[in-house]
Amino acid sequence: MNLRAVGTIYHFELARAWRTLLQSLVSPVISTSLYFVVFGAAIGSRIQEVEGVSYGAFIVPGLIMLMLLTQSVSNASFGIFFPKFTGTIYEVLSAPVSYLEIVLGYVGAAATKSLILGLIILVTASFFVPLRIDHPFWMLLFLALTALTFSLLGFIIGIWAEGFEKLQLVPLLIITPLTFLGGSFYSIDMLPPVWQTVTLFNPVVYLVSGFRWSFYGISDVSVGASLLMILVFLGLCLALVGWIFKTGYNIKP
Amino acid sequence: MSHDIADATATETRPAARAHTLKATPSVITVQGLTKRYASGFEALKRIDLDIQRGEIFALLGPNGAGKTTLISIICGLVNASDGQVRVNGHDIVTDYRAAREQIGLVPQELTSDAFATVWNTVSFSRGLFGKRADSAHIERVLRSLSLWDKRRNKMITLSGGMKRRVLIAKALAHEPQILFLDEPTAGVDVELRRDMWDVVRSLRDQGVTVILTTHYIEEAEEMADRIGVINDGEIVLVEEKAALMRQLGRKQLRLDLQTPLAAIPETLAHYPLSLADDGHVLVYTYAASPDEHSTPASISALLNDIEAAGVRFKDLHTEQSSLEEIFVNLVRKDA
Repeated sequence: MNLRAVGTIYHFELARAWRTLLQSLVSPVISTSLYFVVFGAAIGSRIQEVEGVSYGAFIVPGLIMLMLLTQSVSNASFGIFFPKFTGTIYEVLSAPVSYLEIVLGYVGAAATKSLILGLIILVTASFFVPLRIDHPFWMLLFLALTALTFSLLGFIIGIWAEGFEKLQLVPLLIITPLTFLGGSFYSIDMLPPVWQTVTLFNPVVYLVSGFRWSFYGISDVSVGASLLMILVFLGLCLALVGWIFKTGYNIKP
Repeated sequence: MSHDIADATATETRPAARAHTLKATPSVITVQGLTKRYASGFEALKRIDLDIQRGEIFALLGPNGAGKTTLISIICGLVNASDGQVRVNGHDIVTDYRAAREQIGLVPQELTSDAFATVWNTVSFSRGLFGKRADSAHIERVLRSLSLWDKRRNKMITLSGGMKRRVLIAKALAHEPQILFLDEPTAGVDVELRRDMWDVVRSLRDQGVTVILTTHYIEEAEEMADRIGVINDGEIVLVEEKAALMRQLGRKQLRLDLQTPLAAIPETLAHYPLSLADDGHVLVYTYAASPDEHSTPASISALLNDIEAAGVRFKDLHTEQSSLEEIFVNLVRKDA
């Protein structure tokens, strides 16, 4: 195992985040704060408590998930798309580095970034609403697994994308809608019965539900189902990455 | 041009090591039956066989689209081969890719770089990628040898094209490779920088590094290479020592500047391969440069005697040897 190479890619990618600190960290924090102002304070004051939790506090796990998903995907997809786009990928491909090591470096850095971001948003949220974390271990586990899984998805998108349009397409058309409809801002109990069933096909529902459970002990679906769902998704992404490297799809003709 | 080990005195430490390895195994890269077929059915490489010898500068010459970059890309791991085998110091590039790639440095044709990284960081990144322990002394040596030391804190985006090219070379040398691939190293580089680049390559060779460069500048191959391979349409047309190539295929011309122009070649000289140039002011005698051909220097003296006897007077004479470019153009044309 060329651990030095993994570390080199990892640090180089994180260094890129520090260079672009404003985009990487500051802007998601600002936009999350805006959500709190709009949903938490302006609208939330007119909404009654959800299952014993104030609306402002109720949306915190969903908001963190929303940011975690979009940031993991965009960090990781950009991280691998950019060297592909500029051509600097040649160096990684010609180095004595295995595919696993390439993935560990790029995806590890992207997941780390979004994990840090998630924690920063958590701290930001605590300034706006009273927070309670019933199961801190599970909270961190859900955070880490989600960051990892969606960074892997981002990596796949970054390899699949041949241009900036495609790079934007999946986050815009799939990730964001699924997250908004995934119970970030409401409990699925609030939906009409038909939509409650439909929403169960949305994988993000399970992530948000499990994550919210780790905060307040309330959930839309069982915690086991949430955990299973994210592990299945992680497995799918791993299989897809494995296939990409096996075939050289879009990376090694 | 000489590439004797004894001449490699520029560096003190490596020539001995080089002499040793030269004896051990002559081939540092062995390519056998290498084929690249794209999904479209296009065959970029057709059963290529090639041996690169340790410590040489090998120039791969060919027109655009001949397969030069594809060949390099397969050896370096950027492209998958459809068929065939490549060994680097005995290590298969697929099954034993780590050992094979560790020894190779690649300078790509395109000036690709992480625009916002500094020179120092990007070169250090390359070393780490190859699993080598950080060594700022080595990075400093490499940067100094390429006149990049003053630019080490500059971001890549602020550098000129020529400087970027140097950084790419520095990146390729960061992990102390034994084999260096230079894909069109002086494309779009001004004359002065090109000379500098050649000096760098020669000094690398003197340190024992095997250099494989692709080029379509004949001048470059002629100036630098020990051996030349010509690739055309996905096939190696020829591999030859440069000097031997020049000898075998090169034509020499003896040009006589006449005192009075001739309208036609005199009858008595008709059996010589003579022609007139410059409105009859110059008499041209074309012969093979190789001494074992029938046109030896002995026959030149006979020719000169006969010219004298024919009453043709000349005021000056000189000889010209055909350049690699002419040889190359002939080869590729014949092949096509």
